[in-house]
Amino acid sequence: MTSLTRCGYRKNESAREHSGERARLACWRSWPGFVDFRKQNAPASKKLHDHSAQKFAKAGRFRQQARPVRYPTMNWNRKDLLGLRELSADEINFILETADAFKQVGTREIKKVPALRGKTLVNFFVEPSTRTRTSFELAAFRLSADVINLSASTSSLAKGETLKDTARNLEALHADILVLRHSSAGAPQFLGQRLKASVINAGDGAHEHPTQALLDLYTIREKRGKIAGLHVAIVGDILFSRVARSNIFGLVKLGARVTLVGPITLVPREFEKLGVAVSHKIDNVLPEADVVNLLRIQHERQRKEYFPGLSEYTALFGLTKERAKLLKPDCLIMHPGPINRGVEIDSEVADGAQSVILDQVTNGLAVRMAVLYLCGGIST
Amino acid sequence: MSATIIRSGRVIDPANNRDEMVDLAVVDGRIAERPEVRGQKSQVEEIDASGLIVAPGLIDVHVHLREPGFGHKETMESGARAAAAGGFTTIVCMPNTSPVADSPATIAWIKDRAAEVACVNVLPTGAISKNIAGEELAPIGSLAQAGVVAITDDGRCIQNHELMRRAVEYARMVGLPVLDHCQDYNLVGNGVMHEGYWSTLLGLPGWPAAGEEVIVMRNILLADLCDHHIHCQHVTSARSVRLIRDARARGTKISGEVCPHHIALTDEALENFDTNYKMNPPLRSQRDVDALLEGIADGTLSILASDHAPHAEFEKEVEFDAAPFGIIGLETELGLFLDLLVHKHRKIDIVRLIEMYTLEPAKLLGLEAGTLSVGAPADVTLIDPNLEWTVKIDKFESASRNSPFDGRELKGRAVRTMVGGKTVWKL
Repeated sequence: MTSLTRCGYRKNESAREHSGERARLACWRSWPGFVDFRKQNAPASKKLHDHSAQKFAKAGRFRQQARPVRYPTMNWNRKDLLGLRELSADEINFILETADAFKQVGTREIKKVPALRGKTLVNFFVEPSTRTRTSFELAAFRLSADVINLSASTSSLAKGETLKDTARNLEALHADILVLRHSSAGAPQFLGQRLKASVINAGDGAHEHPTQALLDLYTIREKRGKIAGLHVAIVGDILFSRVARSNIFGLVKLGARVTLVGPITLVPREFEKLGVAVSHKIDNVLPEADVVNLLRIQHERQRKEYFPGLSEYTALFGLTKERAKLLKPDCLIMHPGPINRGVEIDSEVADGAQSVILDQVTNGLAVRMAVLYLCGGIST
Repeated sequence: MSATIIRSGRVIDPANNRDEMVDLAVVDGRIAERPEVRGQKSQVEEIDASGLIVAPGLIDVHVHLREPGFGHKETMESGARAAAAGGFTTIVCMPNTSPVADSPATIAWIKDRAAEVACVNVLPTGAISKNIAGEELAPIGSLAQAGVVAITDDGRCIQNHELMRRAVEYARMVGLPVLDHCQDYNLVGNGVMHEGYWSTLLGLPGWPAAGEEVIVMRNILLADLCDHHIHCQHVTSARSVRLIRDARARGTKISGEVCPHHIALTDEALENFDTNYKMNPPLRSQRDVDALLEGIADGTLSILASDHAPHAEFEKEVEFDAAPFGIIGLETELGLFLDLLVHKHRKIDIVRLIEMYTLEPAKLLGLEAGTLSVGAPADVTLIDPNLEWTVKIDKFESASRNSPFDGRELKGRAVRTMVGGKTVWKL
């Protein structure tokens, strides 16, 4: 496979050889709010410097502030993001660093860059989701992509069309990026192997939810300055959780210590083989944790064999006000949402000073922009 | 009058304890002492079998021919050709067709159709329960009269132990063995792969080995209670092997069969969600594979079969959860078993392998087939045990292509298949 640079150039080829690319850059420069991330790969002397908006206003062109971002150089050659298990630690770090660059876009007056202008993104959510879909949609808007939303009921899947045929039809309409949420593990792999378009996994069954884990990693790194060496407790329904699996793969790769906490029926011992500890006593784990990531108890899909009831779950594993006192003062409390207040977490704790739940949401946008930008640059 | 002589081969006939280098004569479709037919000037066809093994025609007791009802997956004709290409002269077809083979009329249709289009012997089985729904008994006596060789709900498993008990008793009365697909529905739930490390990693619903073992144990208890033979199809778990081994030592009428994929592959193969590795029961762990090999070596597991389960490409090419279970196996099973059991792991010799494909199934089902005795139908398979070949799914005779073994290099295969003295397939 040809090695591509982050920008989509083949190695040893200069941008000048790509006239289309030149045209696109010219088009970018005239775009309000433009930041040329690609320039960051240029030698230090040629890097963009701080410019005030005033200076540009004088020059007759409006340009948003572009702070120099230390941009990592790396060859990104994946068209799909299917899961964190297949990524190296370097690749994960690269996405997080790319997300750094995009995070500041959200703080600007004009929250938009033209990175994916002219590209079509399809949000294909075969399983219902509001939060993740909205986040991807917004991320795509901020990258200037055109977005189509499809759900199982609005697609031909309801008419008996297979997933493959539906996806190939979307591709025939020149969709460049397919963001897929599916109840069946492996569905993104299935499409990734069969489509030329980028496939981004937005959650597949109990398998992986890579962008959620990436935003969790991003938030930990942002708040604690590092990930290696931290002790992260993931609490709740691990067995059925794609968020847990992606977090485990990512955290272990980046050197964190992970303990899974929950009822034995939902945290089977097999997980120890993934390089993590398993505990069924939350009170022993909380005092040692640097991060507590609480997973939603998915009671709507639980069969009643797994645990006797929500009140028993709260009694044994809920992060109550009393239990929260066991936490280190700088311990982060995370939750992928939506929260069941009073079940896995007390309301006061969810809204307390240690909670970074809303930061996760904000960071999710930056991480998803980074993922769409990187993979979307490979698909063509 | 026609006569054939198969010269210079190593004739292995476990039913008669024969293993010698002799010529084998066939006259008028039956094994004969000499190729000459007295008083007639007959033309004798000669087949050079030097370097080859001359075995009784192999029997596969576990094949899905898909007709009636699912001719887009496989037909009697294509399935029989696949069997011939794999070295099989007799195949036993499962009743989970549409309609289900739970009535004498359907059995009659299958037999007529097979006689018309199949190049090998096709023996039908009948359902244990009506519509294999596990709720009420199928007319087992009438099925026996219609000519089924066994009863089974394969693909399904009767969960009601009382119903199973009555079925076994009834089968004993009419002299039919009971074949059972061992799966406890509550324990297995919506499981699609072996419950263990890989299911944990991939987030796919697990199919615990205990889901098989519970029913194997149930069958052992019922075989004792009813004093009748129950055959456990496609055994996959280490504990099932132990249960069957102990029960057989006590004299219980229980037996087990092994499919090639369950010893050739482990659950690790599912890493890329390829639905050609999705089968029921599922691929299990290395520990289970090792136990199956031991079970074959010590005779606990006495029968080899393919569980040939054809599915069209469009049916298999879907999300993993949605894909149907099963793979085809008729054209690869002999090669895989020879390669793995005889050459690679050296668990059994080729004589035992042929016994497990001929004498053992013939005994289980009470068949006339599976021997080279004088007077027996001349169903003969010529095997080159050392021929190295590569599996190519494009070359399959089967109408389906759902095999995970494409490109696999194997040692040993059938090179000629004769049914009733007539060569029906040759390499």
